[in-house]
Amino acid sequence: MTNVIETDQVTRRYGDQVAVHELSMTVRAGEIFGFLGHNGAGKTTTVRLLNGLLEPHAGTLRVLGLDPARQGAQLRKCTGVLTETPSLDERLTAEDNLRLFAAMYNVPRAEIRPRVRELLELFDLADRAGDRVGGFSKGMKQRLALARALVHRPELIFLDEPASGLDPVVTRHLHDLILHLSRVEGRTVFLCTHNLNEAQKLCRRVAVLQAGRLVALGTPRELARQIKADVHLSITIHPEQVDRAVAVLSPEHPTTLARNGDGDTVRIANVTRDHIPALVAALVQAGIAIYRVEHDEPTLEDIYFALHSPAENSP
Amino acid sequence: MNWPAIFAVVHKDVMVISRTRGVIIPLLVVPIFITVIVPAVFAALPQIAQNIGVLEPPAELRQWIAQLPASFQLEMAQYNHTQLLIVITAVYYFAPMYLILPMMVSAVVAADSLAGEKERKTLEALLYTPTTDRELLVAKLLAAWTPAVAVAWGGFTLYTLVLNTVAWPAFGRVFFPNVMWWVLALWVAPAVAGIGLGFTVLVSARVGTFQEAYQLGSLVVLPIVGLMISQGAGLLYFGPGPVFLIGCLAWLINSVLIWFGSRAMRRSELLLRL
Repeated sequence: MTNVIETDQVTRRYGDQVAVHELSMTVRAGEIFGFLGHNGAGKTTTVRLLNGLLEPHAGTLRVLGLDPARQGAQLRKCTGVLTETPSLDERLTAEDNLRLFAAMYNVPRAEIRPRVRELLELFDLADRAGDRVGGFSKGMKQRLALARALVHRPELIFLDEPASGLDPVVTRHLHDLILHLSRVEGRTVFLCTHNLNEAQKLCRRVAVLQAGRLVALGTPRELARQIKADVHLSITIHPEQVDRAVAVLSPEHPTTLARNGDGDTVRIANVTRDHIPALVAALVQAGIAIYRVEHDEPTLEDIYFALHSPAENSP
Repeated sequence: MNWPAIFAVVHKDVMVISRTRGVIIPLLVVPIFITVIVPAVFAALPQIAQNIGVLEPPAELRQWIAQLPASFQLEMAQYNHTQLLIVITAVYYFAPMYLILPMMVSAVVAADSLAGEKERKTLEALLYTPTTDRELLVAKLLAAWTPAVAVAWGGFTLYTLVLNTVAWPAFGRVFFPNVMWWVLALWVAPAVAGIGLGFTVLVSARVGTFQEAYQLGSLVVLPIVGLMISQGAGLLYFGPGPVFLIGCLAWLINSVLIWFGSRAMRRSELLLRL
């Protein structure tokens, strides 16, 4: 699969403060790539670097095969950006906002009107097309800003907190649209978000940025392995052997061990993945018949907080 | 140059400005005052004074004229007292004031187009468009310079019509504009619009609101007040030659300001102040 974004050891500073430090990552064509991090982690600076608004102080970037610092204007014809604030002209109408930006993105004149109409329909704003944006709700502004980011049909779409201010129904509609853009239309989506459930639902791969440094990159499952995130283990055994199993396991897991209601399953919380074989071996050696061993995959939220926990960050 | 994108930015700015009361009101009130009320008063007052018999031969005015070049004295010698007062006030003394028009319009529009855009948080979306820094600068300059020159030339036309109409009983002919005013309107006014613009671009890049940019940008009218005082004191004569030279100086200052302004208009600089 082709890489649409490649960064190698990219560093950007503001004065003495390092905003992005030696960032190396790739984003593949057609994927939805989650870019996670606290406020001030360097997400917005990265988006600005990737669009040629800022130049890196060190390292190299290639986006859609172009150098953003030198070919920024050419690159921005192929990227669409939804910024953190909608950044709309509130004194203009919804239609004017889209029409004028379509012209700035060199959309052919004959195509502007039908495309604007299509987007206003898609984002359920057609009946407010002639109204000034100043009177719109936060959700409507967010939808309009997203429509504007798509008005020139970009290959690569940067979305910074796209669901911010949207109600659950519109959020679901938005998520369906993002999935459609990636899976059906083959466009790449670079999703900056704080919403870990959103990232879990939409992104195939995620990167986690912490104080300008990339601390994790991969699929949620790969990250779980990398950080050795704890899992919740369920072991189904013969009902008559549950007491023995508890006796075997309780010295090592005195507080995290529990029996389930049916009486044939022992549950252990917060087990490291690497420890599972030893646990099973101990039960087998004690002559306990094991019918099934299951563990819950850690969620992206578990991974994210594990990455940001003090223990993980200590040297 | 990506001209379609440049024109789209200009179109957007003009649309936004036309819907902003705080910008439109000064853009209507000041030009109407300068190009309608002022010439009407300057042309009417000497005639009223003459009709009611209180117009005295202006001895101080003759002394003032005597300090100025012979060609100017020769021109003034053809007028009677009423005509002389009209010509001195409306044609010469007021000439520097006319330059406030392009300077003010360009400063107001540039302040709204740059600092106002930052204040409304619409600048970031613009920076993500496929325009180069230079194209963005050209668009912003055109968005402010074009209306300023249009208002200056429209105002010149209106001033001409009002002055000749109200002064008709005194002159019985079209006496305005003279050569100096053609130079002033066609050569100096566009340059002065550029000075207001360049100064406001520099200021706007460093402040956060339209009001701050407008207030600081207004300081640029001080040299015009200086021109008026200089002429009143007989230090400067607004003939075609001196006015042409003032125009050359204005274009030079304008170029320097815009060169510095272009450095402040780089994306990387603008982003630091968002």
